[in-house]
Amino acid sequence: MEEADTEPPLVVVPGADPASRQLCFEWGPAEVLVCETRFGRGGGSPAPGGGDQDIYIQTLRKLFNESHGVFIGLQRCEEELAGKSRKAHLVQVSKNYRSVIRACMEDMHRAAAATRDPALHSQYSTQVSILSAMELIWNLCEILFVEAAAAGPLLLRLLDWIRLHVCDVDSMVREVLSSENPSKHKLFWNLGNTQTLTELELKWQHWHEECQRYLRDGTFASNPHMESICKILAGDENAMLEKKELLTTWYHFLVTRLLYSHPTVKPMELHFYAQSSMDLFLGEESSPEPLDTILMAAFEFELHQVIKECSIALSNWWFVAHLTDLLDHCKLLQSHNLYFGSNMREFLLLEYASGLFSHHSLWQLGVDYFDHCREYGRVYLELHIERIPLNTEQKALKVLRICEQRHMHEQVRSICKIMAMKALRNNRLGSALSWSIRAKDAAFATLISDRFLKDYCERGCFSDLDLIDNLGPSMLLSDRLTFLGKYREFHRLYGEKRFSEAAKLLLMLMTAHIAPCSFWMTLLTDALPLLEQKEVIFSAEQTYELMQCLEDLTAGKPDKQKLLDDDVETTKVEMLRLALARNLARVIVKEGTLEGS
Amino acid sequence: MIKRRGHKIREGSQGSPQPITGPHPPTTAQGRGGHFGTTAARSTSVPAPPMAAPAPPSRSSPVSLRARRPPAANGGRRGRRRERARGGAAMEEVSARFVAQKISKARWRPLPAAALQPPDVFATGSWDNEDNRLSVWAVGELGSGEYLGEPQLLCDIGHDGDVMDMQFLDQERIVVASSTGSVTVFRHHQNNQTLSVNQRWEKAHYHVDQDTSCGGAACTGVICNNPEIVTVGEDGRINLFRADQKDAVRTIDNADSSTLHAVTFLRTTEILTVNSIGQLKIWDFRQQRNEPSQIFSLTGERVPLHCVDRHPNQQHIVATGGQDGMLSIWDIRQGTMPVSLLSAHEAEMWEVHFHPSNPDHLFTCSEDGSLWHWDTSTDVSEKPSFLHHGGRSTTYLSHSTINQSVVCAWLNNDPTKDRMEITNLIPNQTLSVNSLDVLGPCLVYGTDAEAIYVNRQLFA
Repeated sequence: MEEADTEPPLVVVPGADPASRQLCFEWGPAEVLVCETRFGRGGGSPAPGGGDQDIYIQTLRKLFNESHGVFIGLQRCEEELAGKSRKAHLVQVSKNYRSVIRACMEDMHRAAAATRDPALHSQYSTQVSILSAMELIWNLCEILFVEAAAAGPLLLRLLDWIRLHVCDVDSMVREVLSSENPSKHKLFWNLGNTQTLTELELKWQHWHEECQRYLRDGTFASNPHMESICKILAGDENAMLEKKELLTTWYHFLVTRLLYSHPTVKPMELHFYAQSSMDLFLGEESSPEPLDTILMAAFEFELHQVIKECSIALSNWWFVAHLTDLLDHCKLLQSHNLYFGSNMREFLLLEYASGLFSHHSLWQLGVDYFDHCREYGRVYLELHIERIPLNTEQKALKVLRICEQRHMHEQVRSICKIMAMKALRNNRLGSALSWSIRAKDAAFATLISDRFLKDYCERGCFSDLDLIDNLGPSMLLSDRLTFLGKYREFHRLYGEKRFSEAAKLLLMLMTAHIAPCSFWMTLLTDALPLLEQKEVIFSAEQTYELMQCLEDLTAGKPDKQKLLDDDVETTKVEMLRLALARNLARVIVKEGTLEGS
Repeated sequence: MIKRRGHKIREGSQGSPQPITGPHPPTTAQGRGGHFGTTAARSTSVPAPPMAAPAPPSRSSPVSLRARRPPAANGGRRGRRRERARGGAAMEEVSARFVAQKISKARWRPLPAAALQPPDVFATGSWDNEDNRLSVWAVGELGSGEYLGEPQLLCDIGHDGDVMDMQFLDQERIVVASSTGSVTVFRHHQNNQTLSVNQRWEKAHYHVDQDTSCGGAACTGVICNNPEIVTVGEDGRINLFRADQKDAVRTIDNADSSTLHAVTFLRTTEILTVNSIGQLKIWDFRQQRNEPSQIFSLTGERVPLHCVDRHPNQQHIVATGGQDGMLSIWDIRQGTMPVSLLSAHEAEMWEVHFHPSNPDHLFTCSEDGSLWHWDTSTDVSEKPSFLHHGGRSTTYLSHSTINQSVVCAWLNNDPTKDRMEITNLIPNQTLSVNSLDVLGPCLVYGTDAEAIYVNRQLFA
């Protein structure tokens, strides 16, 4: 095993006191369940911990949902594009991701401004700063990796990058220009410095020479401000460092330095300047923060280091998962294999999607992420989807649809079974039967059919006729269900006074062994009124078969003979025998006369 | 805005109209706009081979409608589906907002009787959240004429359980069905923009449990006809409430052995319900019997029906949407089977709505993330030209009253006259569109991607 990169963070479980009671834990898909055991005394409330905490931040849900769309778009376009348009498309996708982050940031900013609760305000502000850091990193990665700008345009992109993220210059310009006498304004010279530092459209070579000439001639010796500007324009690093407080960050300094001294920097040389800029700028007093190390890793083109540092520094998987996926589409990650799982992209996507699945509402988004993890996505989805709580049928239908689209038959069966069981417990036999038919679950259909038959035996009438009458082909799912349907058909025929058809069906149910043996007595009893009808219904042959059924029933179970001793049962059998004999007598006469005539 | 309008494909334009038999989907219009020229010449004998379709139908390409006929129906239907280009001009007419909750229902507030302006307030309900909410939103211009880009939240209130269905009772009151089985009437106070509970029927729907006493069952559908409110639920029960009465006026226990998915009024005393075994039932509250007065069903397939709507002017025409995404049109005056079955979405159709004032138009939305606009009015190009200058809605209104009032396009089975234009309004959505509502020129819909969308120029 690889060593842990950092010390594991200490998580305080609220309300738990390890001193007095023992804690136990269970690994979940993305979380750890921690609860107090009864080992000491008393029970405790379980508390989930660990995992992707940002998933639960309400205001970030917009980020998750909107980026989901971008993600899907990226996966879909994958096959269609090639060559140059592909690169342009990838840059566009990257920009879309950034605009999603920005939109979320703006929302958060607005929310922070609107709230009066100081705690909430600081929470929003932290989020804004995290989001802006994420955008900053993403943008740099976009320039260096996705767009992979060449020596010339690289600097322009980096200037844009700085301009976008260090936005005080523009506001300063406005302030200075609106005052009456610009040169007397206290900010004027600050502005001058800053503006030159980030000036974009300059004929560098020309300027550079001219500035050095001015400097040599001492043209500006009388005005220290002008002189320092000139020095900066000439690429004097010390002059730049003097204005350190205006530059705010080392990467701002880096870009400035590149602009005035090495405008045609090659991507491969970047890391050298970056390192020295950071050293110069930060000096001895402060050590680099996580953001600094991440950016530095990017300047060094250490992709994996960037992802690693981001995973450690950020409290969500969203950023690394999406960034890695994008970089993977740029074909930048292929050489790297993990010693577990399939690859970095898939590992991170799985982590992120698992986080989504642990959320009560965002789980639907996770499905698509799993779909795009070739190796383990399906297994993850199978395991997660079964654990979604199904509180309404509509939700169950949505989950089922997800499973059916992906041909996850096992899960479909299990969900239908859960729903059937719930319906059964709620005494909704009709619903339960529908669910088990959908699951093609023969055993459960048999169970429910038995319940229907039991109800019938007890009450003497069928419930849920609208369902049983409309079983159609699904009746064939289980023998018992077929019997239920057919038996109900018998009742309908009987009710419609189509006696001979009813009699035929009744007999067929027994001779074809569709009816369970336990139900034969009831069927024979049902035959009684048919036998006693004025006109003869059963033919001689049918009557013989009925008699055989009766004998099979009574003789077949000698041990249960005692049960038959029950008065009611014996009377029933006696009555049946009598009726059968009388029917036989009548039918012999009838058939005899018919043939004779 | 730029509309991609393909060439019209006229069926049977050569020779006699050809009946379509059963499962031969390729013979119907391959609605790929300009690919096939103006007339799709078909051989007049055997079902023609597919007209060398250049692209296999994929999710985003327009697929032909498979006309499926129930045995009794005497005509196939077809139409073509057009994808509206998204982006550019099309984006401007739709305003969207991410709302950090999955939307299960969206409904426009009804307009006062004499109103001329388009609707500007709608309500949404959420589902599957830890704390679900009922929210009221505003769209449109402010008093100063400033246009609001996205819907603005006016007020919201917590709701116990998922919002399963929702209807405006009147301008101020909203009836909400909950997954806990309760039915609540909320009042929207427009002067100070707050919501409050006006009336609640706890456990209007419940299961009689074997072990415990009783547990709530999700109330799946609600329909209002002020002051009457009818609810249906997973417990197969139908309740009739009055907004001002504490107890149910009428309850039909065990009305259905399976789950009732939706309900709508047929006439003032009659309702229509659809259930999970593909049946459409009519219930008459004047009858004391607790039995449906009529049962319609799809033949043998038992495909669950999820939504139902009745034609606003011709009450015998009913549209339902099923689990397989099929749109069924029923004529409840005759037969027990649908007049036409139109193969539509790829997954559950969650809602179907006739346009209330313009019923040649129908809207459906589905779990597969699409929202379809079905247009049976004749092509715009064939209308008298002076109609173009008028307001859009009046154009359609006058058109439908002049030509279509006698024979309704939805029951028209004559293949030569049968032109149906179908537009998918959201081609690239991946997550379910759970609900939609149309009123005047405005469409609102809500999705599982936690966004609400408003289209204010539906017929532009």
